[in-house]
Amino acid sequence: MTGLFRCSLGSIPAGIHAAPGAMHGLVNSPLGLVLLLNLFMLGVSRMRSLIFAAAAQGIILSGLLMVIEPQCDGLVICIALLTVLIKGVVIPRMLLKALRDAKIKREVEPLIGFLPSMLLGATGTAAAIVFATNLPMTVSPPSTLIIPASFSTILTGFLLLTTRYKAITQVIGYLILENGIYIFGLLLVAAVPFLVELGILLDLFVGIFVVSIIIHHINETFSSLDTRRLTALKE
Amino acid sequence: MNITIYLLLASTACMTLSGLPGLLLSRRRMAGQWIALALNLLASAAGMAALLTFAGNGCQSDLMTWGWALPWGRFAVGVDVITGMFLLPILVVSALGAVYGLGYWKQAQHPGNGRKLRFFWGLMSAGMMLTTMARNGVLFLMAWEIMATAAFFLITTEDQREDVRAAGWIYLIVAHLGMICLIAMFVLLRWIDGTFNLWFTAKMPAASGVATAIFLLGLVGFGLKAGIMPLHVWLPGAHANAPSHVSALFSGVMLNIGIYGLVRIGGIFPAPPIWWGATLFIMGVGSAVVGMIFAFCQNDYKRLLAYSSIENMGIVIIGLALALIGKSIHRPDLILLGLGGALFHMLNHSLFKPLLFMGAGSILHAIHTRRIDQLGGLARKMPVTLLLFLIGAMAICGLPGLNGFVGEWLLYLAMLHTVSMGHMDAVVWLSFGVPALAVTGALAVASFVKVVGTVFLGNQRSSDLDQAHDPGFSSLVPMAILALGCMVAALVPTTITGMLVRAVQSWNQAMLSVRGSAKMPAPMHDMAILDAALLVAGILMVIAFWLIRRRKTVAPRPTWSCGYAKPTSKMQYSGASFSRMLAQLFNWMMPGRPFVLPQRGLFLQPTTLTHDASDTLLDKGLIPGFALLRRLFLWFRPLQNKPVNIYVAYMLAILLLLLLALRFQV
Repeated sequence: MTGLFRCSLGSIPAGIHAAPGAMHGLVNSPLGLVLLLNLFMLGVSRMRSLIFAAAAQGIILSGLLMVIEPQCDGLVICIALLTVLIKGVVIPRMLLKALRDAKIKREVEPLIGFLPSMLLGATGTAAAIVFATNLPMTVSPPSTLIIPASFSTILTGFLLLTTRYKAITQVIGYLILENGIYIFGLLLVAAVPFLVELGILLDLFVGIFVVSIIIHHINETFSSLDTRRLTALKE
Repeated sequence: MNITIYLLLASTACMTLSGLPGLLLSRRRMAGQWIALALNLLASAAGMAALLTFAGNGCQSDLMTWGWALPWGRFAVGVDVITGMFLLPILVVSALGAVYGLGYWKQAQHPGNGRKLRFFWGLMSAGMMLTTMARNGVLFLMAWEIMATAAFFLITTEDQREDVRAAGWIYLIVAHLGMICLIAMFVLLRWIDGTFNLWFTAKMPAASGVATAIFLLGLVGFGLKAGIMPLHVWLPGAHANAPSHVSALFSGVMLNIGIYGLVRIGGIFPAPPIWWGATLFIMGVGSAVVGMIFAFCQNDYKRLLAYSSIENMGIVIIGLALALIGKSIHRPDLILLGLGGALFHMLNHSLFKPLLFMGAGSILHAIHTRRIDQLGGLARKMPVTLLLFLIGAMAICGLPGLNGFVGEWLLYLAMLHTVSMGHMDAVVWLSFGVPALAVTGALAVASFVKVVGTVFLGNQRSSDLDQAHDPGFSSLVPMAILALGCMVAALVPTTITGMLVRAVQSWNQAMLSVRGSAKMPAPMHDMAILDAALLVAGILMVIAFWLIRRRKTVAPRPTWSCGYAKPTSKMQYSGASFSRMLAQLFNWMMPGRPFVLPQRGLFLQPTTLTHDASDTLLDKGLIPGFALLRRLFLWFRPLQNKPVNIYVAYMLAILLLLLLALRFQV
């Protein structure tokens, strides 16, 4: 996979390469890791691994914030730590607890199988890199990988959301979708007030909090976490 | 120097908040209503003071902007003569309506919905004020939406009633359709100008496609609010089913806001093509004539008044159309007479229509029926209401001596003037405007003769009317003020025309430089004298009649009934029999068929004549049309009825499509 990245990176026009070199490596390698985690999440069927991967992705991203932000003051560190706390500790713990309560371990029979979804994710990533080279940018991003990583992560979130049936996997899908948006937000750290970032974080937290309660109740009522069963509630 | 705008903003804020304290107060006590009334009066007083300072400053246009957290521009409000002209009725009718509500919609008698009504009353008044003041497209749309939504809640005040809910839904659908058009229109305006700043003069020629789209979207969006035919479908039901002072606010003020938008759109382009004016002209003439025919055939006096509002808006639109045609053929006199007449007629309508709706409300409050056929002989029970209603009815018919005449007279002058100028393009359109306006006036007289004659005169048709009586002071005083306004407005046309000329000049910037354009080309002064003479003569006649009547004693008897020995109250004209001929003539237009059993034999058989003219366009056109649409959209149901996964997949698909589109655009 990394080979694929390299050859695509080679084709990026020179205009985008405006970021300083040292920063480049510091930002690119975590982003590469994020991309790999995406593919891993698409291919894994064990839910514990999925939760850990999502947590790892969240932690990497919050670290990335500190690297990218030009003046790393108390507020930035505060937000980064808060992100680590929520995405890396609290949400995974809630999900693991829900997993334990529901007594499920694996996603069985997804709409699209694990290998095909992985291939789809890889194709999507490649397409995102090609696409990103053609985007007209007003400011050059700190790393050429940011936009492809963002698109690829959003795509991964969408794929998890659409092709998996278990409620917990769908929650993780939302989480990853948000991660993708967060990566895009890294481009806009100067423009978007931190209050907005905090608001998104709070939304996510509350959302997942509520969903984990719902999961508990769904499991008690239907003795299954299959969202297809939820259509029985219709009208 | 910006005191006007500050005062107006304070007034708007006060108006918004007027119903709020009442929400927290007791349902059964009057305290909340008094607070709302006090705040409403305060807001109106502040607004009036603002308009006075504005006039004192020589009507200098003013604009203030503040930054706000939303994207797209700034919080920009401004005031100019046109804004002032539309603000005035809002302030007057909102305050008088609140006073009227004190007796008409007592909190103690309406514990369930009185607080809601007053909250949305304030909100809607404030929304309308902000709409006229907004100088930023986004702010305009927000204010517009506040107004439209509050209006929905006002219509559905008595939401326990089925017909009220139906009228509310129809209104809501129409309001949304209008909003969609307006959003599209403002996007196009931004496309022209590059900002959301409002009411600029466009540089682009009006013949371009974008300008055409703006005009058409504005025509539909604002026309739906103004209730011009064929965009009027929501209007009769909403006006008939809302509480009467709400109908007064709708008819007297909210329809104006639609006109406001059309006036502004007409002001954007310096030289509109002639078909813009022609389209508006046809719609205006259609609304006026057809609206009045429908009004004449109604059996529900509030619906009758509602259709009469359509007619009056039609007259206003005729004036605006004349002004647009004047712009196209570069005739400043036509612009002055047309727009001046339109604005004047609109102001007049804001005086007499609330008066009439409040009169109708007083009848409804006393009798609890809206059917003309069940009323009769109310003149003895409600003499003051009759007097005030009669003044309103005479004014709305455009009888000389009252204000309704002056506005329509300006429009007649405009049309005759243009026809005599011999501009061929315009003559074709205008030559049938004069007779149409005349027919409308005649039908208006017939309609109000029908209302006054069958409701107030004659004998009472049921014993329910025995307890009927004039309403209290809180209802009569607002009506008296409006009636007085109808007389005064007729006496000071020279003062008003000064304002009208300024408004027209600010509408058509090009006219500021034309010499001789600062005067209305009409003998306003003579008109004022004529009006005063007629008014004095009328008052003298009433006094003389009263003196003669006082000396004689007159025994009340049934109307002479063709020599029958035992006349009953049924032997008199009913509303349906009065309008029967016209109803038969226009049978093809109105599905409600006047129905009489033929008589056979020597002795008369019992028979009935009822006529409930329903709205053809709504009942025969739109409701079946929407049912058809619904069936068509059932095809999409398989797409819609899916688990969450599929919805997310739809989103993904759209996202990818958008990205692809972007890719190929770049």
